[in-house]
Amino acid sequence: MMNLAININALIPEIIIATSAMLVLLLGLFVKDKNNHLIYGVSQITLLLAAMLVAHSGFGPTYRVFNDMHIIDPAGNFLKLLSFIATSFVFLYSRSYLRKKQLLNGEYFSLTLFALLGIMLMISGANLLMIYLGLELLSLSLYALIALNRDNLDATEAAMKYFVLGALASGLMLYGMSMIYGLTGSLDLQVIATHLAEMNLDPSIMAFGLVFIVVGIAFKFGAVPFQMWVPDIYHGAALPMTMMISSMPKFASVALAARLLFQGLEPLAVDWQQMLLIMAILSMILGNITAIAQDNIKRMLAYSTISHVGFMFFGMMSGTINGLSSTFFYVACYALMTLAAFGAIITLSQKNKDFDQLNDYKGLSQRNPMMALMIMIIMLSLAGIPPTIGFYAKFSVLQSAIEVGMVWPAVIAVLMALIGMFYYLRIIKLMYFDSPSSLQKIHFSGDLLFILGINSFSLILLGLSPKLLMSLAALAVGLSF
Amino acid sequence: MQNYLLSISIWTPIVLGLVLLCSNQTSQRFSRYFALSAGLISFGVTWPIAMRFDLQSQLFQFQEFFHWILPYRINYHLGVDGFSVPLILLTSFMTLLVIFSTQKSDIKNLPHYHAAFLIMSGLMIGVFCALDAILYYIFWEAMLIPMFLIIGIWGGPNRIYATIKFFLYTVLGSLLMLVAFIYLYLNTGSFSIFDFYQLPIALPAQILIFLSFFMAFAVKIPMWPVHTWLPDAHVEAPTAGSVILAAIMLKLGGYSFLRFAMPIAPDATWLLKPIIIALSLIAIVYIALIALVQKDMKKLIAYSSISHMGFVTLGIFMLSPLAVEGGYMQMISHGFISAALFFCVGIIYDQTHTRQIDQYGGVINSMPFFAAFAVFFAMANSGLPGTSGFVGEFMVIMGAMKEGFWIAFIAALTLLFGAAYSLWMVKRVFYGTPLNKTMESLKDIDSIQWLTLGSLAILILVVGLFPSIITDFTNVTVDSFIHLMNRSKLPIL
Repeated sequence: MMNLAININALIPEIIIATSAMLVLLLGLFVKDKNNHLIYGVSQITLLLAAMLVAHSGFGPTYRVFNDMHIIDPAGNFLKLLSFIATSFVFLYSRSYLRKKQLLNGEYFSLTLFALLGIMLMISGANLLMIYLGLELLSLSLYALIALNRDNLDATEAAMKYFVLGALASGLMLYGMSMIYGLTGSLDLQVIATHLAEMNLDPSIMAFGLVFIVVGIAFKFGAVPFQMWVPDIYHGAALPMTMMISSMPKFASVALAARLLFQGLEPLAVDWQQMLLIMAILSMILGNITAIAQDNIKRMLAYSTISHVGFMFFGMMSGTINGLSSTFFYVACYALMTLAAFGAIITLSQKNKDFDQLNDYKGLSQRNPMMALMIMIIMLSLAGIPPTIGFYAKFSVLQSAIEVGMVWPAVIAVLMALIGMFYYLRIIKLMYFDSPSSLQKIHFSGDLLFILGINSFSLILLGLSPKLLMSLAALAVGLSF
Repeated sequence: MQNYLLSISIWTPIVLGLVLLCSNQTSQRFSRYFALSAGLISFGVTWPIAMRFDLQSQLFQFQEFFHWILPYRINYHLGVDGFSVPLILLTSFMTLLVIFSTQKSDIKNLPHYHAAFLIMSGLMIGVFCALDAILYYIFWEAMLIPMFLIIGIWGGPNRIYATIKFFLYTVLGSLLMLVAFIYLYLNTGSFSIFDFYQLPIALPAQILIFLSFFMAFAVKIPMWPVHTWLPDAHVEAPTAGSVILAAIMLKLGGYSFLRFAMPIAPDATWLLKPIIIALSLIAIVYIALIALVQKDMKKLIAYSSISHMGFVTLGIFMLSPLAVEGGYMQMISHGFISAALFFCVGIIYDQTHTRQIDQYGGVINSMPFFAAFAVFFAMANSGLPGTSGFVGEFMVIMGAMKEGFWIAFIAALTLLFGAAYSLWMVKRVFYGTPLNKTMESLKDIDSIQWLTLGSLAILILVVGLFPSIITDFTNVTVDSFIHLMNRSKLPIL
């Protein structure tokens, strides 16, 4: 048994985030601050502080605390750090947009930090109960965040849809967990794994439990055939919320899949590999083909997310450490790209009009060459064209799949990536080859442009030296699984 | 010993291009001169590669090696042999020529236009130098982006269709190549092409690997039946875009066959050789017939390109020293001739704004010097002895004779068809009485155009009369290539 002091120390990042979430809520209520500089500052500093603490434990030893409920390991630290970075970017991008829409208040920051707390708990969950609690904390915060824009019909509808479908998925997952619990008599992932491997258990119940858990995971990712909520919610929610949903929770989903499938249900790998493979291929096909038909860029990016999820599943499908680390790398790259993509839309959006129709982008290169260049880089990266980071993401996933002999699925994957290139290129086409429908000046703030600049050029810089991120992902996974 | 000749050749144009892209474009004059000097510098830095190249060495020269992406053992590994050097020089020279020829033109956003060509030139040189499969792949894919933009932004009316078709067609092939690279990596543990050369592979796997390379390179060359993007791309591309496309991009396909597909899968190459030869012959004859009926000058030259590139594939797949050398020669020669022809069409199009052959007639009356050049290039295109066009075709036909009489016979038909479509076009456009007022009021070529066309004409003649300046580079390399090809890579059971 560990002593209590060590237990508390291990949880300090979580405690900081939780405290700050509540503090920000109170500050928002009681401190008169028109531009909310204070709560913004507090949130960002909290993130920095927590990130420093997590980075400090870094690639240290793996250990479990609170009666093996909570696990600290390099893979978890890696994902947590990425979540902090993503959250920080979300705050940076969203601030001015939310201020324009009068949504920038204590609740926003508080809920986001609670969502982050949920993500952290999921990442560190070593017990089905903890994972489920983290998942619910994350989901409930997200429902509320989307509904924050309560005067907007679309947003309210999106929140309602997300809530109903999310609750259903949580229910399914819980049902699966209960079956596994019934079989093995434990909620602890390690114990479950040993029991599943050693005892002679009823295979049909095992399969039932597994299917429900995989369905829950697939729903949280938004993989086909559980993708129905993705386009509507991306479309309906306000831009900063969409940005958040598309970036931060993906880390939690990857962690969820890694913990449940690679740790708890590892003995059933043969079964879930097939499920993941089918869902991966279907997601790539449906996501890429349907995205072509969209005329709203948020919906287009929603379908693009589905196809990227297909690639993440494709990495995990191999069931190897290499495959998992390629998925970790993929999700990191994906988050950077999607943050940049939504960041660009937010930057361009005007006070009374979102820049979310594809036709808005017509002739952007003539209206603002710098923005057009950055969006081009983002689109090329999403399409996976070298020398951007998006290429290496796809490359490492394909590599891990071919390694286990999945050559033909890899061929399907590259063909789907090819189809996907079409709609990314279409944005470039609109920006560069078409003439603008209006020459009206686009107003945006310089600091947003600066952040977007850093974000989008990092896609190229990381593409020129992907070694660092790749090695980190490989090391984190290698040390933990 | 490392010197950085190759890195300098690759990165100089890219960096200068990026500077040009980002520089403040208030002064038109300044950016024009900047682009021109950037082109000159980029051309200048490729010279030492040719000068200091050891013609007798079988090894890759000027090698540079750095670890780059360690987890996957991807290295920044460059090096050149006799197949790369002439193409590198061709690339930097053509880029210079393209920038020079558009010095006075009123193309919108001219600095960006020049920057795109400079960046592309660096990337293409990168393709010719890369000895690591992923490094190669990155240059290969990245190169598409500037071309995609050049056709899409500065192209003709149907440019969007053409450029997206061009991009997707090319990427389709290269993605399959990526899968092949990963497969090879998993079997060798590195992405170095030297390791790929040594790896024994079973025949079924070799065939699949060869086919996935084939998809990538056949689209690029382009071979029949995956050629359909080329006429569209050429017709819509601006003149300079067509020049680079025809003179260099198509060569990337031929070069890559020699560098990757064939030595990595030699047994599959021998097995599939008859099929490739058949496809090449179809390209030579059938596409030449298509060229004969074209009404649009650019389309005619585009089809003529495909037909001539059929000679390249025919030559290199005959796998005899003479034929391979001939195929290579044909690549260089076609680089000059097709570029010259596209320049000619561009010059005349700028004045008349039509490319339809039947809209022309009697151009020689108002543009005598231009007509002289155009007739010379058309002759070279149809393989007139003394021009570079003849050398390559002759060597390939000689090589084909050893392979079989009928192959040589069918290949030789191109001399007939080539002369037919080239000279018929010349006759309809340049000779006869002036068709209308526009034809009478055409202005003859100015000094820039003189210099552009003149330098190409000289090069065509020099290479035609002294082919050894190219073959000196390739002799040793061809021998080692044939040596690689004659060695079975099937695993010993």
